[in-house]
Amino acid sequence: MSTNKYILPGFNLSLGYTILYLSLIVLIPLSAAFIKTAELSFSEFWEVVSAPRVVASYKLTFGASLIAALINAIFGLLTAWVLVRYKFPGKKILDALVDLPFALPTAVAGITLATIYSAHGWIGAWLEPHGIKVASTPLGVIVALTFIGLPFVVRTVQPVLEDLEAETEEAAASLGANRWQAFSKIVFPAIWPALLTGFSLAFARAIGEYGSVIFIAGNLPFVSEITPLIIYIKLDEHEYAQATAVAVVMLVISFLLLFAINGLQWWLNRRNTSSH
Amino acid sequence: MSIITATDTIAKSQYSHYNNKVAISRATSEPAFVRRLLISIVLLFLGVFLIVPLLAVFTEALRHGFATYFAAISDANALAAMKLTLIAALIAVPLNVVFGVSAAWAIAKFEFKGKSILITLIDLPFAVSPVIAGLIYILIFGMQGWFGSYLFDHDIKIIFAIPGIVLATIFVTFPFVARELIPLMQAQGKDEEEAGLVLGASGWQILWRITYPNIKWGLLYGVILTNARAMGEFGAVSAVSGHIIGMTNTLPLHVEILYADHQLAAAFAVASLLALLAIVTLILKTFIEWRVAQNAIHNESI
Repeated sequence: MSTNKYILPGFNLSLGYTILYLSLIVLIPLSAAFIKTAELSFSEFWEVVSAPRVVASYKLTFGASLIAALINAIFGLLTAWVLVRYKFPGKKILDALVDLPFALPTAVAGITLATIYSAHGWIGAWLEPHGIKVASTPLGVIVALTFIGLPFVVRTVQPVLEDLEAETEEAAASLGANRWQAFSKIVFPAIWPALLTGFSLAFARAIGEYGSVIFIAGNLPFVSEITPLIIYIKLDEHEYAQATAVAVVMLVISFLLLFAINGLQWWLNRRNTSSH
Repeated sequence: MSIITATDTIAKSQYSHYNNKVAISRATSEPAFVRRLLISIVLLFLGVFLIVPLLAVFTEALRHGFATYFAAISDANALAAMKLTLIAALIAVPLNVVFGVSAAWAIAKFEFKGKSILITLIDLPFAVSPVIAGLIYILIFGMQGWFGSYLFDHDIKIIFAIPGIVLATIFVTFPFVARELIPLMQAQGKDEEEAGLVLGASGWQILWRITYPNIKWGLLYGVILTNARAMGEFGAVSAVSGHIIGMTNTLPLHVEILYADHQLAAAFAVASLLALLAIVTLILKTFIEWRVAQNAIHNESI
């Protein structure tokens, strides 16, 4: 702790305020969830969080989030690639639109998707004759979660692709590599950490998502009922301890995921600085 | 990107008189049919997931004509919801801006133990489901919560009232300004601020005259994102609001009530206001990115 690290003023004030505000808004309220759960005995807790209807909701929430994040990984990578490497009319507008799911309120997304994919909706009417039902099915949950996770992979992969120097690919080509080899051996190794980060962010966001899902999902128990909705229903029934027990399960999983993402970021930064 | 475009142009001018086969074998691009295929796939994907929903909001809103549309958005309950949405954003955004600047100052300008843990903790609200964000405030301020009986005795309402809505909004928009500013201020380092200090500037002068001009676009970016999320928050606000029409309804909650009541045109009319907010947000964001790029070019040319 040498003194020259603290030349600038305001360290105590800014760090103090940061920790105070963080504690009041986030840490203390979140701890309330864990303290409230302590009111239940372990067997009561287990009974709530392992009830068949709740377990069905975990499977749906995590399964649909995983599938949506995978869809976003594939199409997000393609989108980033096309936006960075190719020229076509309307590219700038599409680039700006990629952030729409982040800026559009989830309730608006929810009622809109529900309407489009309903039996009489623009897309639903077209899918229904082919025997594909989206509204009130797990497929509907996947559609909503794909929508809200769309920006993450694009926005993490895009800057890495932009910074990628053409020389390495040219060198690969001059050494006889074809385009696919250049992509899989040169480009992909450079972008996969960003791809993984974007995938994890989309996954983490999808797990907690509520507003965009509940309208299209139809919320049938055991079929299309997500875990955040279970918490909401228990809250509505004033079953606070039960609601909190399910919330704690979700919180623990989300926190583990967040620490994994930040660990990944830290590892990447370190790898990048050491390679330069 | 500019390097790729440049090589593209050079390649095109060099090979334009050769046949297609030569052009296809260019070192750093794909054959034309692959490019067209990939562009088509992306256009289809973004078309289905972004453009169709955006068009649907406005089509549904205007389905029964402008008269119904204006009636829906000038309805007394819609106006009350608008007012509450504005109040929540007007409180949540400045508070999170002060926090974001303060956190970024501490994290970017100083070295201390536990910094990476602090950064992760700031990200926490991002990983918390909005419904859980509402739940935790009910556990503290609700009737059976920590301060429930005290608040009841003193006739203070937080849950099912405006303060609860504001708190939930602050929670869900908590990380955005800090997340924008921390990497920006870390990249800028502290040389300029230290130079200011040596020349006799006070702490506030340094913040206002040196740091602020350097971060203003990033700050604005953070404010715009925070505002969009604050005005659009649904799950957390829904849990603490109690849905008292005309009293504790924000715009997104009003949309839900109209939709549940099968007043589709009215629901989409109010939703279209929020969609317009999203479009304005995207336009401002694009403008800021353009300004930052211009500044970067300007700085390089000096």
